[in-house]
Amino acid sequence: MSLMTINLKVWRQKNAETPGKFEDYKLDGVSEHMSFLEMLDVLNENLIKEGKDPVEFDYDCREGICGSCNMVINGRAHGPKHKTAACQLHMRTYNDGDTIVIEPPRAAAFPIIKDLVVDRSAFDRIIEAGGYISVKTGAAPEANLIPVPQDTSNEAFDYATCIGCGGCVAACPNSSAALFTGAKIAHLNSLPQGQPERDKRTVAMVDQMAKEGFGDCSNYAECEAVCPVGISISSIAAMRRDYIKAIF
Amino acid sequence: MPSLIEAFQSQVGRKILTGLTGFLLVFFIIFHLAGNLAIFGEPDAMNSYSQFLHDLGPLLWVARIGLLLIFVIHAYIGISIWINKRKARPQQYKVYSSKGGPSRQGLSSRSMAFTGVVLLIFVVAHINTFALGDMDTVLIDGRETHDIKSLVIDTFQNPIYAFGYTIVMILLGAHLGHGIWSAFTSLTLRSKKASATIYTIGVVVAVLLAVGFLFIPLYIYFGGGCDAALIHCN
Repeated sequence: MSLMTINLKVWRQKNAETPGKFEDYKLDGVSEHMSFLEMLDVLNENLIKEGKDPVEFDYDCREGICGSCNMVINGRAHGPKHKTAACQLHMRTYNDGDTIVIEPPRAAAFPIIKDLVVDRSAFDRIIEAGGYISVKTGAAPEANLIPVPQDTSNEAFDYATCIGCGGCVAACPNSSAALFTGAKIAHLNSLPQGQPERDKRTVAMVDQMAKEGFGDCSNYAECEAVCPVGISISSIAAMRRDYIKAIF
Repeated sequence: MPSLIEAFQSQVGRKILTGLTGFLLVFFIIFHLAGNLAIFGEPDAMNSYSQFLHDLGPLLWVARIGLLLIFVIHAYIGISIWINKRKARPQQYKVYSSKGGPSRQGLSSRSMAFTGVVLLIFVVAHINTFALGDMDTVLIDGRETHDIKSLVIDTFQNPIYAFGYTIVMILLGAHLGHGIWSAFTSLTLRSKKASATIYTIGVVVAVLLAVGFLFIPLYIYFGGGCDAALIHCN
Protein backbone atom coordinates (compact mmCIF):
# COMPACT_ATOMS: atom_id res chain seq x y z
CA MET A 1 0.00 0.00 0.00
CA SER A 2 1.54 3.25 -1.06
CA LEU A 3 1.23 6.27 1.18
CA MET A 4 1.13 9.77 -0.23
CA THR A 5 1.85 13.27 0.92
CA ILE A 6 -0.94 15.62 -0.11
CA ASN A 7 -0.78 19.41 0.03
CA LEU A 8 -4.11 20.98 0.87
CA LYS A 9 -5.30 24.53 0.37
CA VAL A 10 -8.53 24.76 2.34
CA TRP A 11 -10.96 27.68 2.63
CA ARG A 12 -11.30 28.65 6.30
CA GLN A 13 -14.03 31.01 7.35
CA LYS A 14 -15.26 31.48 10.90
CA ASN A 15 -18.81 32.53 9.93
CA ALA A 16 -20.79 34.36 7.27
CA GLU A 17 -19.78 37.77 8.63
CA THR A 18 -16.03 37.20 8.92
CA PRO A 19 -14.01 37.20 5.68
CA GLY A 20 -12.37 33.85 4.97
CA LYS A 21 -8.97 32.87 3.63
CA PHE A 22 -7.08 29.84 2.40
CA GLU A 23 -4.92 27.84 4.82
CA ASP A 24 -2.21 25.49 3.61
CA TYR A 25 -1.81 22.06 5.19
CA LYS A 26 0.63 19.27 4.42
CA LEU A 27 -0.79 15.83 5.09
CA ASP A 28 1.53 12.80 5.24
CA GLY A 29 0.61 9.12 5.18
CA VAL A 30 -2.49 9.44 2.99
CA SER A 31 -3.55 6.00 1.79
CA GLU A 32 -4.84 5.63 -1.74
CA HIS A 33 -7.76 3.63 -0.29
CA MET A 34 -9.01 6.53 1.82
CA SER A 35 -12.10 8.34 0.66
CA PHE A 36 -11.76 12.08 0.24
CA LEU A 37 -13.69 12.68 3.47
CA GLU A 38 -11.54 10.16 5.37
CA MET A 39 -8.53 12.14 4.23
CA LEU A 40 -10.18 15.26 5.72
CA ASP A 41 -10.88 13.26 8.91
CA VAL A 42 -7.14 12.59 9.20
CA LEU A 43 -6.43 16.27 8.65
CA ASN A 44 -8.91 17.16 11.40
CA GLU A 45 -7.44 14.60 13.84
CA ASN A 46 -4.04 16.21 13.27
CA LEU A 47 -5.49 19.70 13.76
CA ILE A 48 -7.25 18.67 16.97
CA LYS A 49 -4.03 17.12 18.32
CA GLU A 50 -2.27 20.39 17.57
CA GLY A 51 -4.99 22.24 19.47
CA LYS A 52 -6.29 23.93 16.31
CA ASP A 53 -9.81 24.35 15.02
CA PRO A 54 -10.78 21.42 12.73
CA VAL A 55 -12.08 22.05 9.21
CA GLU A 56 -15.87 22.01 9.21
CA PHE A 57 -17.40 20.05 6.35
CA ASP A 58 -20.84 18.54 5.81
CA TYR A 59 -21.41 14.80 5.56
CA ASP A 60 -23.97 12.24 6.60
CA CYS A 61 -24.22 8.93 4.72
CA ARG A 62 -20.74 8.79 3.17
CA GLU A 63 -22.16 6.49 0.54
CA GLY A 64 -23.15 8.98 -2.14
CA ILE A 65 -26.88 9.13 -1.46
CA CYS A 66 -27.48 12.03 0.93
CA GLY A 67 -25.83 14.89 -0.94
CA SER A 68 -24.43 16.58 2.17
CA CYS A 69 -20.78 16.49 1.12
CA ASN A 70 -20.94 18.97 -1.78
CA MET A 71 -17.64 20.88 -1.87
CA VAL A 72 -15.60 22.30 -4.70
CA ILE A 73 -12.38 20.34 -5.22
CA ASN A 74 -9.79 21.86 -7.55
CA GLY A 75 -12.51 23.98 -9.15
CA ARG A 76 -15.01 21.17 -9.70
CA ALA A 77 -18.06 20.40 -7.59
CA HIS A 78 -17.61 16.95 -5.98
CA GLY A 79 -14.14 16.62 -7.54
CA PRO A 80 -12.96 15.32 -10.91
CA LYS A 81 -15.08 12.17 -11.33
CA HIS A 82 -18.41 12.09 -13.15
CA LYS A 83 -21.49 10.82 -11.27
CA THR A 84 -19.51 10.68 -8.05
CA ALA A 85 -20.22 12.53 -4.82
CA ALA A 86 -17.22 13.94 -2.92
CA CYS A 87 -17.61 11.19 -0.29
CA GLN A 88 -17.26 8.52 -2.99
CA LEU A 89 -14.12 10.09 -4.38
CA HIS A 90 -11.01 8.17 -3.36
CA MET A 91 -7.48 9.33 -2.84
CA ARG A 92 -6.27 6.92 -5.53
CA THR A 93 -7.46 9.63 -7.93
CA TYR A 94 -4.51 11.73 -6.75
CA ASN A 95 -0.74 11.36 -6.84
CA ASP A 96 1.90 11.81 -4.20
CA GLY A 97 2.75 15.50 -3.82
CA ASP A 98 -0.46 16.80 -5.43
CA THR A 99 -1.95 20.07 -4.25
CA ILE A 100 -5.72 20.04 -3.76
CA VAL A 101 -7.70 23.27 -3.40
CA ILE A 102 -10.95 22.82 -1.44
CA GLU A 103 -13.60 25.54 -1.44
CA PRO A 104 -17.22 25.70 -0.30
CA PRO A 105 -19.96 25.93 -2.94
CA ARG A 106 -19.97 29.66 -3.69
CA ALA A 107 -23.35 31.32 -4.20
CA ALA A 108 -25.09 34.25 -2.57
CA ALA A 109 -28.07 31.93 -2.01
CA PHE A 110 -25.82 29.50 -0.07
CA PRO A 111 -24.33 31.65 2.71
CA ILE A 112 -21.29 30.13 4.39
CA ILE A 113 -21.91 28.85 7.92
CA LYS A 114 -18.33 27.84 8.60
CA ASP A 115 -15.37 26.76 6.44
CA LEU A 116 -16.80 24.37 3.83
CA VAL A 117 -20.31 24.24 5.30
CA VAL A 118 -22.97 26.33 3.61
CA ASP A 119 -26.63 26.94 4.40
CA ARG A 120 -28.64 25.22 1.68
CA SER A 121 -32.05 25.94 3.15
CA ALA A 122 -32.84 27.97 0.00
CA PHE A 123 -33.44 24.54 -1.58
CA ASP A 124 -35.88 23.65 1.20
CA ARG A 125 -37.83 26.83 0.54
CA ILE A 126 -38.03 26.00 -3.19
CA ILE A 127 -39.48 22.59 -2.22
CA GLU A 128 -41.89 24.24 0.25
CA ALA A 129 -43.14 26.48 -2.57
CA GLY A 130 -44.58 23.53 -4.50
CA GLY A 131 -42.56 20.33 -4.25
CA TYR A 132 -45.38 18.27 -2.78
CA ILE A 133 -48.56 16.45 -3.82
CA SER A 134 -52.02 16.37 -2.26
CA VAL A 135 -52.96 13.07 -0.66
CA LYS A 136 -56.07 11.98 1.19
CA THR A 137 -55.29 11.19 4.77
CA GLY A 138 -56.43 7.91 6.30
CA ALA A 139 -55.47 4.35 5.46
CA ALA A 140 -52.68 3.89 2.91
CA PRO A 141 -54.20 3.54 -0.58
CA GLU A 142 -53.75 0.36 -2.61
CA ALA A 143 -50.33 0.72 -4.24
CA ASN A 144 -51.51 -0.18 -7.74
CA LEU A 145 -54.69 1.88 -7.66
CA ILE A 146 -53.25 4.56 -9.94
CA PRO A 147 -51.61 2.93 -12.96
CA VAL A 148 -48.29 4.53 -13.96
CA PRO A 149 -46.78 3.48 -17.30
CA GLN A 150 -43.28 2.02 -16.95
CA ASP A 151 -41.68 4.74 -19.14
CA THR A 152 -43.27 7.48 -17.04
CA SER A 153 -42.21 5.76 -13.85
CA ASN A 154 -38.62 5.45 -15.11
CA GLU A 155 -38.49 9.10 -16.19
CA ALA A 156 -39.93 10.31 -12.89
CA PHE A 157 -37.47 8.15 -10.99
CA ASP A 158 -34.52 9.57 -12.95
CA TYR A 159 -35.54 13.04 -11.78
CA ALA A 160 -36.38 11.83 -8.29
CA THR A 161 -32.80 10.67 -7.78
CA CYS A 162 -31.76 14.31 -7.19
CA ILE A 163 -30.21 14.38 -3.73
CA GLY A 164 -30.30 18.17 -3.40
CA CYS A 165 -26.55 18.50 -2.85
CA GLY A 166 -26.31 21.83 -4.67
CA GLY A 167 -23.38 20.73 -6.84
CA CYS A 168 -25.30 22.16 -9.80
CA VAL A 169 -25.39 25.61 -8.20
CA ALA A 170 -21.73 25.36 -7.17
CA ALA A 171 -20.60 24.52 -10.71
CA CYS A 172 -22.90 26.83 -12.67
CA PRO A 173 -21.05 29.98 -13.82
CA ASN A 174 -24.31 31.85 -13.09
CA SER A 175 -25.03 30.06 -9.76
CA SER A 176 -28.35 28.92 -11.19
CA ALA A 177 -30.54 26.38 -9.40
CA ALA A 178 -32.35 25.40 -12.61
CA LEU A 179 -31.20 21.76 -12.54
CA PHE A 180 -32.37 21.20 -8.94
CA THR A 181 -35.68 23.02 -9.44
CA GLY A 182 -36.17 21.42 -12.85
CA ALA A 183 -35.58 17.93 -11.46
CA LYS A 184 -38.04 18.43 -8.61
CA ILE A 185 -40.71 19.90 -10.90
CA ALA A 186 -40.18 17.28 -13.64
CA HIS A 187 -40.32 14.44 -11.06
CA LEU A 188 -43.74 15.40 -9.68
CA ASN A 189 -45.19 16.80 -12.92
CA SER A 190 -44.54 13.60 -14.83
CA LEU A 191 -46.58 11.42 -12.45
CA PRO A 192 -50.39 11.21 -12.23
CA GLN A 193 -50.22 12.04 -8.51
CA GLY A 194 -48.53 15.34 -9.36
CA GLN A 195 -51.19 16.58 -11.77
CA PRO A 196 -53.58 18.52 -9.45
CA GLU A 197 -50.93 21.10 -8.45
CA ARG A 198 -48.96 20.92 -11.68
CA ASP A 199 -49.32 24.51 -12.92
CA LYS A 200 -49.27 26.11 -9.47
CA ARG A 201 -46.21 24.10 -8.49
CA THR A 202 -44.22 25.00 -11.60
CA VAL A 203 -44.82 28.75 -11.31
CA ALA A 204 -44.32 28.85 -7.52
CA MET A 205 -41.04 26.91 -7.56
CA VAL A 206 -39.63 28.94 -10.47
CA ASP A 207 -40.52 32.16 -8.62
CA GLN A 208 -39.01 30.95 -5.36
CA MET A 209 -35.78 29.99 -7.16
CA ALA A 210 -35.38 33.62 -8.32
CA LYS A 211 -36.38 35.02 -4.91
CA GLU A 212 -33.60 33.02 -3.24
CA GLY A 213 -31.03 34.87 -5.36
CA PHE A 214 -29.92 32.09 -7.71
CA GLY A 215 -28.77 33.27 -11.13
CA ASP A 216 -30.36 32.60 -14.52
CA CYS A 217 -29.69 29.43 -16.47
CA SER A 218 -27.54 30.02 -19.56
CA ASN A 219 -27.61 26.41 -20.79
CA TYR A 220 -23.95 25.72 -19.98
CA ALA A 221 -24.95 22.17 -18.95
CA GLU A 222 -22.08 22.23 -16.43
CA CYS A 223 -24.69 21.22 -13.81
CA GLU A 224 -25.32 17.92 -15.59
CA ALA A 225 -21.58 17.30 -15.80
CA VAL A 226 -21.06 17.65 -12.02
CA CYS A 227 -24.32 16.08 -10.82
CA PRO A 228 -23.36 13.07 -8.67
CA VAL A 229 -26.49 11.23 -9.82
CA GLY A 230 -26.34 12.42 -13.43
CA ILE A 231 -29.60 14.41 -13.65
CA SER A 232 -30.02 15.51 -17.26
CA ILE A 233 -30.70 19.11 -18.32
CA SER A 234 -33.81 17.62 -19.93
CA SER A 235 -35.31 18.41 -16.52
CA ILE A 236 -34.70 22.12 -17.18
CA ALA A 237 -36.39 21.77 -20.58
CA ALA A 238 -39.33 20.00 -18.86
CA MET A 239 -39.57 22.84 -16.32
CA ARG A 240 -39.67 25.42 -19.12
CA ARG A 241 -42.24 23.41 -21.09
CA ASP A 242 -44.48 23.10 -18.03
CA TYR A 243 -44.02 26.79 -17.23
CA ILE A 244 -45.24 27.74 -20.74
CA LYS A 245 -48.21 25.35 -20.34
CA ALA A 246 -49.03 26.87 -16.95
CA ILE A 247 -49.09 30.42 -18.34
CA PHE A 248 -51.21 29.74 -21.44
CA MET B 1 -51.18 32.55 -12.14
CA PRO B 2 -48.91 35.41 -13.18
CA SER B 3 -49.84 37.66 -16.08
CA LEU B 4 -47.93 37.30 -19.36
CA ILE B 5 -45.82 40.35 -18.50
CA GLU B 6 -44.92 38.87 -15.10
CA ALA B 7 -44.26 35.47 -16.66
CA PHE B 8 -41.79 36.92 -19.13
CA GLN B 9 -39.94 38.57 -16.24
CA SER B 10 -39.42 35.23 -14.49
CA GLN B 11 -36.15 33.35 -14.99
CA VAL B 12 -37.86 30.83 -17.25
CA GLY B 13 -39.78 33.50 -19.18
CA ARG B 14 -36.64 35.57 -19.74
CA LYS B 15 -34.83 32.55 -21.09
CA ILE B 16 -37.67 31.71 -23.45
CA LEU B 17 -37.69 35.33 -24.69
CA THR B 18 -33.91 35.25 -25.18
CA GLY B 19 -34.20 32.04 -27.20
CA LEU B 20 -37.12 33.30 -29.25
CA THR B 21 -35.53 36.68 -30.05
CA GLY B 22 -32.22 34.91 -30.69
CA PHE B 23 -33.86 32.64 -33.25
CA LEU B 24 -35.54 35.60 -34.96
CA LEU B 25 -32.19 37.41 -35.10
CA VAL B 26 -30.56 34.32 -36.65
CA PHE B 27 -33.31 34.27 -39.32
CA PHE B 28 -32.70 37.97 -39.90
CA ILE B 29 -28.96 37.55 -40.40
CA ILE B 30 -29.53 34.64 -42.79
CA PHE B 31 -31.64 37.01 -44.95
CA HIS B 32 -29.05 39.75 -44.43
CA LEU B 33 -26.29 37.44 -45.67
CA ALA B 34 -28.38 36.47 -48.70
CA GLY B 35 -28.71 40.19 -49.48
CA ASN B 36 -24.97 40.72 -49.03
CA LEU B 37 -24.14 37.89 -51.41
CA ALA B 38 -26.01 39.80 -54.13
CA ILE B 39 -22.76 41.74 -54.46
CA PHE B 40 -21.46 38.75 -56.43
CA GLY B 41 -24.48 38.74 -58.77
CA GLU B 42 -25.33 40.87 -61.79
CA PRO B 43 -23.93 44.45 -61.65
CA ASP B 44 -27.30 45.84 -60.48
CA ALA B 45 -28.37 42.94 -58.26
CA MET B 46 -27.42 44.47 -54.91
CA ASN B 47 -28.88 47.90 -55.65
CA SER B 48 -32.05 46.33 -57.09
CA TYR B 49 -32.47 44.42 -53.86
CA SER B 50 -31.98 47.67 -51.92
CA GLN B 51 -34.60 49.33 -54.13
CA PHE B 52 -36.99 46.43 -53.56
CA LEU B 53 -36.62 46.87 -49.79
CA HIS B 54 -37.18 50.64 -49.98
CA ASP B 55 -40.23 50.10 -52.19
CA LEU B 56 -41.83 48.18 -49.31
CA GLY B 57 -42.45 51.60 -47.77
CA PRO B 58 -44.36 51.41 -44.46
CA LEU B 59 -43.81 47.64 -44.35
CA LEU B 60 -40.05 48.28 -44.20
CA TRP B 61 -40.59 50.52 -41.18
CA VAL B 62 -42.66 47.84 -39.49
CA ALA B 63 -39.79 45.41 -40.10
CA ARG B 64 -37.20 47.90 -38.85
CA ILE B 65 -39.09 48.70 -35.66
CA GLY B 66 -39.84 45.02 -35.06
CA LEU B 67 -36.20 44.14 -35.55
CA LEU B 68 -35.07 46.92 -33.22
CA LEU B 69 -37.51 45.69 -30.57
CA ILE B 70 -36.28 42.09 -30.91
CA PHE B 71 -32.67 43.23 -30.70
CA VAL B 72 -33.27 45.47 -27.67
CA ILE B 73 -35.15 42.71 -25.78
CA HIS B 74 -32.39 40.19 -26.55
CA ALA B 75 -29.62 42.58 -25.48
CA TYR B 76 -31.49 43.79 -22.38
CA ILE B 77 -32.13 40.29 -21.05
CA GLY B 78 -28.59 39.20 -21.92
CA ILE B 79 -27.08 42.08 -19.97
CA SER B 80 -29.44 41.56 -17.02
CA ILE B 81 -28.48 37.85 -16.89
CA TRP B 82 -24.85 38.94 -16.68
CA ILE B 83 -25.61 41.43 -13.88
CA ASN B 84 -27.62 38.76 -12.04
CA LYS B 85 -24.73 36.35 -12.35
CA ARG B 86 -22.39 38.82 -10.63
CA LYS B 87 -24.91 39.22 -7.79
CA ALA B 88 -25.51 35.48 -7.46
CA ARG B 89 -21.80 34.78 -6.82
CA PRO B 90 -20.15 37.78 -5.17
CA GLN B 91 -17.07 35.75 -4.20
CA GLN B 92 -15.43 33.92 -7.10
CA TYR B 93 -13.64 30.57 -6.88
CA LYS B 94 -9.86 30.57 -6.58
CA VAL B 95 -9.75 27.57 -8.88
CA TYR B 96 -12.53 26.80 -11.35
CA SER B 97 -12.69 24.38 -14.25
CA SER B 98 -15.28 22.55 -16.29
CA LYS B 99 -15.85 18.88 -15.63
CA GLY B 100 -16.25 18.17 -19.37
CA GLY B 101 -18.55 15.33 -20.43
CA PRO B 102 -22.04 16.70 -21.14
CA SER B 103 -20.91 20.25 -20.25
CA ARG B 104 -21.24 22.86 -23.00
CA GLN B 105 -18.99 25.25 -21.16
CA GLY B 106 -16.27 26.69 -23.35
CA LEU B 107 -14.89 29.84 -24.90
CA SER B 108 -18.11 30.39 -26.86
CA SER B 109 -20.55 29.98 -23.94
CA ARG B 110 -18.37 31.81 -21.41
CA SER B 111 -17.92 34.83 -23.67
CA MET B 112 -21.61 35.38 -24.57
CA ALA B 113 -21.81 38.66 -22.63
CA PHE B 114 -18.57 39.96 -24.16
CA THR B 115 -19.38 38.95 -27.74
CA GLY B 116 -22.93 40.22 -27.25
CA VAL B 117 -21.78 43.67 -26.12
CA VAL B 118 -19.31 43.87 -29.02
CA LEU B 119 -22.14 43.00 -31.43
CA LEU B 120 -24.36 45.64 -29.83
CA ILE B 121 -21.74 48.35 -30.37
CA PHE B 122 -21.02 46.97 -33.83
CA VAL B 123 -24.66 47.17 -34.93
CA VAL B 124 -24.80 50.88 -34.06
CA ALA B 125 -21.57 51.57 -36.00
CA HIS B 126 -22.72 49.34 -38.85
CA ILE B 127 -26.04 51.19 -39.28
CA ASN B 128 -24.16 54.48 -39.17
CA THR B 129 -21.80 53.33 -41.94
CA PHE B 130 -24.16 51.63 -44.35
CA ALA B 131 -27.68 52.84 -43.69
CA LEU B 132 -26.94 56.45 -42.76
CA GLY B 133 -23.70 56.88 -44.74
CA ASP B 134 -23.35 59.25 -47.71
CA MET B 135 -24.38 57.43 -50.86
CA ASP B 136 -24.41 58.29 -54.54
CA THR B 137 -27.48 57.41 -56.55
CA VAL B 138 -27.79 55.16 -59.57
CA LEU B 139 -30.58 54.53 -62.03
CA ILE B 140 -32.31 51.16 -61.64
CA ASP B 141 -35.23 50.53 -64.02
CA GLY B 142 -35.22 54.26 -64.77
CA ARG B 143 -35.61 55.20 -61.10
CA GLU B 144 -32.97 56.75 -58.85
CA THR B 145 -31.86 54.56 -55.99
CA HIS B 146 -29.04 54.52 -53.39
CA ASP B 147 -25.78 53.07 -54.67
CA ILE B 148 -25.16 50.84 -51.66
CA LYS B 149 -22.91 48.57 -53.70
CA SER B 150 -20.33 51.31 -54.37
CA LEU B 151 -20.46 52.34 -50.71
CA VAL B 152 -19.72 48.75 -49.63
CA ILE B 153 -16.85 48.42 -52.10
CA ASP B 154 -15.36 51.80 -51.14
CA THR B 155 -15.70 51.15 -47.40
CA PHE B 156 -13.89 47.83 -47.47
CA GLN B 157 -10.90 49.29 -49.33
CA ASN B 158 -10.08 50.66 -45.90
CA PRO B 159 -8.13 48.02 -43.91
CA ILE B 160 -9.63 49.22 -40.60
CA TYR B 161 -13.15 48.43 -41.86
CA ALA B 162 -12.15 45.24 -43.69
CA PHE B 163 -10.32 43.70 -40.73
CA GLY B 164 -12.57 45.25 -38.08
CA TYR B 165 -15.60 43.62 -39.72
CA THR B 166 -13.73 40.33 -40.01
CA ILE B 167 -12.94 40.27 -36.30
CA VAL B 168 -16.52 41.13 -35.33
CA MET B 169 -17.86 38.41 -37.64
CA ILE B 170 -15.60 35.86 -35.92
CA LEU B 171 -17.11 37.02 -32.62
CA LEU B 172 -20.59 36.66 -34.17
CA GLY B 173 -19.69 33.06 -35.02
CA ALA B 174 -18.56 32.51 -31.41
CA HIS B 175 -21.82 34.02 -30.09
CA LEU B 176 -23.92 31.78 -32.33
CA GLY B 177 -21.78 28.71 -31.58
CA HIS B 178 -23.39 28.54 -28.14
CA GLY B 179 -26.38 30.72 -28.97
CA ILE B 180 -28.13 28.52 -31.52
CA TRP B 181 -27.92 25.40 -29.31
CA SER B 182 -28.91 27.45 -26.29
CA ALA B 183 -31.97 28.85 -28.11
CA PHE B 184 -33.11 25.32 -28.98
CA THR B 185 -32.65 24.31 -25.34
CA SER B 186 -34.41 27.41 -24.00
CA LEU B 187 -37.39 26.81 -26.27
CA THR B 188 -37.37 23.19 -25.03
CA LEU B 189 -36.81 21.94 -28.59
CA ARG B 190 -34.49 19.23 -27.40
CA SER B 191 -34.23 15.65 -26.30
CA LYS B 192 -31.40 13.72 -24.70
CA LYS B 193 -30.77 11.87 -27.95
CA ALA B 194 -30.88 14.92 -30.25
CA SER B 195 -28.80 17.18 -27.99
CA ALA B 196 -25.40 16.46 -29.57
CA THR B 197 -26.83 16.69 -33.11
CA ILE B 198 -28.49 20.04 -32.39
CA TYR B 199 -25.25 21.35 -30.90
CA THR B 200 -23.29 20.30 -34.01
CA ILE B 201 -25.88 21.85 -36.35
CA GLY B 202 -25.70 25.09 -34.31
CA VAL B 203 -21.90 25.22 -34.60
CA VAL B 204 -22.00 24.47 -38.35
CA VAL B 205 -24.61 27.20 -38.97
CA ALA B 206 -22.56 29.63 -36.82
CA VAL B 207 -19.38 28.91 -38.79
CA LEU B 208 -21.17 29.16 -42.17
CA LEU B 209 -22.76 32.50 -41.24
CA ALA B 210 -19.50 33.96 -39.89
CA VAL B 211 -17.51 32.79 -42.94
CA GLY B 212 -20.23 34.06 -45.29
CA PHE B 213 -20.16 37.51 -43.69
CA LEU B 214 -16.40 37.91 -43.32
CA PHE B 215 -15.66 36.65 -46.83
CA ILE B 216 -17.11 39.81 -48.41
CA PRO B 217 -14.92 42.49 -46.71
CA LEU B 218 -11.80 40.35 -47.06
CA TYR B 219 -12.53 39.57 -50.72
CA ILE B 220 -13.15 43.23 -51.52
CA TYR B 221 -10.00 44.30 -49.66
CA PHE B 222 -7.66 41.72 -51.16
CA GLY B 223 -9.43 41.45 -54.53
CA GLY B 224 -9.31 45.16 -55.25
CA GLY B 225 -13.06 45.93 -55.26
CA CYS B 226 -14.47 46.24 -58.78
CA ASP B 227 -11.36 44.58 -60.19
CA ALA B 228 -12.11 41.34 -58.30
CA ALA B 229 -13.13 38.38 -60.43
CA LEU B 230 -16.42 37.68 -58.61
CA ILE B 231 -17.61 41.28 -58.43
CA HIS B 232 -19.24 42.75 -61.51
CA CYS B 233 -19.47 46.51 -61.71
CA ASN B 234 -21.04 48.59 -64.44
